[in-house]
Amino acid sequence: MAKDMTEQDLTSDPKDKNLKQVAYYPGCALEGTGHAYNRSTKAVGKALGLELVEVKDWNCCGAMEVKNIDPQVQTYLSARNLTKTEEMGFDVVMAPCNGCYHNLKKAEYDLAHNPQAVEANERISAKAGHPAYQPGRVETIHALDWLKRAVGEKELARRTAGKLKGMKIANYYGCMYTRPRHIFPDKDQGAGSESTHAPHFMDDLLASAGAENVDFPLKTACCGGAHAMSDADTSTQLVLNILTTAEACGAEVIATECPTCHTSLEIHQLRAEKLLGRKTNVKILYFTQLLGMALGLSQRKVGVAENMADPRVYLKERGLR
Amino acid sequence: MPIHEKTLIRPENLVSHDELVIDGVDVSGHWSTFIKPRTITDYNEEMQAEIAALPGGENIHRCWQCGSCTNSCTMNAVNPEFNPRYWIYLIRQGLEEELLRDKDIIWQCVSCNKCTYACPRDVVPEAVMKATAHWLELKGHTGESLSSVFDRGFTDNVVHSGKIEEGHVLRIFFWRTGQPLAPPWLRDLILGLVKKLPVFYLYNLLKTAVLRPKTRGWGKTGAAIEDYVRERHAEQAAALGLSGKGGH
Ligand code: SF4
Ligand code: SF4
Ligand code: SF4
Ligand code: SF4
Repeated sequence: MAKDMTEQDLTSDPKDKNLKQVAYYPGCALEGTGHAYNRSTKAVGKALGLELVEVKDWNCCGAMEVKNIDPQVQTYLSARNLTKTEEMGFDVVMAPCNGCYHNLKKAEYDLAHNPQAVEANERISAKAGHPAYQPGRVETIHALDWLKRAVGEKELARRTAGKLKGMKIANYYGCMYTRPRHIFPDKDQGAGSESTHAPHFMDDLLASAGAENVDFPLKTACCGGAHAMSDADTSTQLVLNILTTAEACGAEVIATECPTCHTSLEIHQLRAEKLLGRKTNVKILYFTQLLGMALGLSQRKVGVAENMADPRVYLKERGLR
Repeated sequence: MPIHEKTLIRPENLVSHDELVIDGVDVSGHWSTFIKPRTITDYNEEMQAEIAALPGGENIHRCWQCGSCTNSCTMNAVNPEFNPRYWIYLIRQGLEEELLRDKDIIWQCVSCNKCTYACPRDVVPEAVMKATAHWLELKGHTGESLSSVFDRGFTDNVVHSGKIEEGHVLRIFFWRTGQPLAPPWLRDLILGLVKKLPVFYLYNLLKTAVLRPKTRGWGKTGAAIEDYVRERHAEQAAALGLSGKGGH
C-alpha cells in the first residue's frame, strides 16, 4: 500500500500489510507471449476488489540471460524497478512472472549481502541519475502470495462456490519460484508459509475453488527454459517428461504461474507431437485463468483463446464458459 | 587378473595382446589385457584461480566433492556425461586436458539451480558452470555457444531499450548464429500449425514487434550499464592474461 516508510513498517509482520492496493510489475513476457496471464491476473484482481498500480517506467529485470553477461548488471536492472516502486510510494510490488519475481528477490538479497553488488548498483545508479535502491524498502511478492494473503482461501471458497469441482489439476511451479532457497527468506518458515521443496500456494488457491489437485512429483522440475531456443531438443525432452508424468498422475490440466514456464510447456508440447510423434492431451492453463473462471468470468475475459492446447471444449464440458 | 569394470577405463588406455609371454610364462588370452600406466605432468595450476575470477566462479574452492550437485542435476538425468561434481574436481586439480573432453556440453547447464539447492557448501555450482563455460570461450577452447549468442542478443536489446521484444531477440539470435530466420523445427511448427496457433498469440507477437517496447527515459541508464560492462570485462580479461582482446 502507499505510505511513507518508517522503521516500524520494516519490522512489522509482512502479513499485516494491506495488500488491497499494490504496485504491479508485469515484466516483458506479459506484454508479449504471456498476454493471457496479464489479462487474467488483472481480471481476477478486479473481480476480487484488489487494485494493481503498474510500476512507472519499469524495465526488464534481465530474465535468465543478462546474468550470464554480468550478474551485477542483472542486480542493477532489478533494483531499478524497486527504486521506481518506492518512488511511487509503495512498499509492496507484485510480480506474476517467476523470472521477474526471482530476480527482484535476488537483487534484494544480494544488495543486503554482497558488497560487490552494492558497489555496482551504486555506480550504475549514480551514472543513470537516480538514487540507488536500499534493501528492505520494498517487499517483492508473487501473484500467488498476493491472492493468498490479500484474499485467502476462505473468501475464495465463498466467492467461487466450488466451480472447479472435479477438475484434476497438476500444479507446476517451475524452478525460479523456489530456487535457490536463500533468496526467499519468507519461505520454509513453518505453518502457513510456502515450502521450497513442496510448494503448495497454487494448490491451496485452486483447492479452495473446488479443484482436485493430483499428487504431482514434478512441481519444481525444470523445463529447460533457459535454452528453449539454443538447445531445443533438451527442452522438448524435459517438457515431455513433465507432461507425461502429469497425465500418469491423472491430471487433465497443468496449472502454471509463470509466462515462461507456460509458454515452454505449450511450445514443446506441440514440438513433441510434431517431431517425436508423442501426443499429450493435458491442457495448460494459468492458475489465474482457472480462478477467474471459477469467479464467474467468461473464457474470453481470461484470454483462453490465446492458449495453444485449445482448452475451450474441455472447459465447456466442465461448465466453465 | 581380468578387468571387470572396463567401462570405467577409456579404450585407448587398455592394451591387449593376442599372445603374450612374460618371464617365460605364457599369459595369452584372459590375462593379457593391461591398463597403461599414467603419469600426469601437464597440470594447469592457474585454472581454478582463473575460473574463480569470473563472475559466479568465486566459491569453487569450497567444494568438498559430496556429489549432491550431480545427483540432483537436471542435465545429468538427460546425459550422464554432464557431471558438475567431476568438472569442479578437475578444475581444482588443474586437469585441463580432462576437462576439455567435455568442453562442448558444459554450456548446456539449464540454470535450474537444483544443484545450488542441494549443495551443502554454498559453492553455487550453477554459477560455477556458467563461469566455466565462459572461461572455455574466453580461452578459445570453444567457439561462442548458441546460448552465449542468445544471452548477448538479449542483453543488447535490454541495454538498448530497457525492455525486450521477444521476436526481436529471436531474430537477432537466428541471424547471428547463421540459422534461417526460423530454424526448420520452428518453421514446421508454425506452418504445420497455423490453423492451430491461436490468432491472438500471433497478434500479440506482431504487436510488440511493431511497437518495440521501450522504457521511457532510458537513454542515460543504457549508457551507464554499457560503461560498467566494458570495465568489468576488461578486468576479467586481465585476470585471464588476455588483456586487450578479452570480453565480448
Ligand atoms: S523475467 Fe521475463 S518477463 Fe520478467 S522482466 Fe525479465 S524478461 Fe521480462
Ligand atoms: S520451469 Fe522452465 S521456464 Fe520455468 S523457471 Fe524453470 S526453466 Fe524457467
Ligand atoms: S543448474 Fe545446471 S548444473 Fe545445476 S542442476 Fe541445473 S543443469 Fe545441473
Ligand atoms: S554439491 Fe557442492 S560441495 Fe557437493 S560436490 Fe557439488 S559443488 Fe561440491
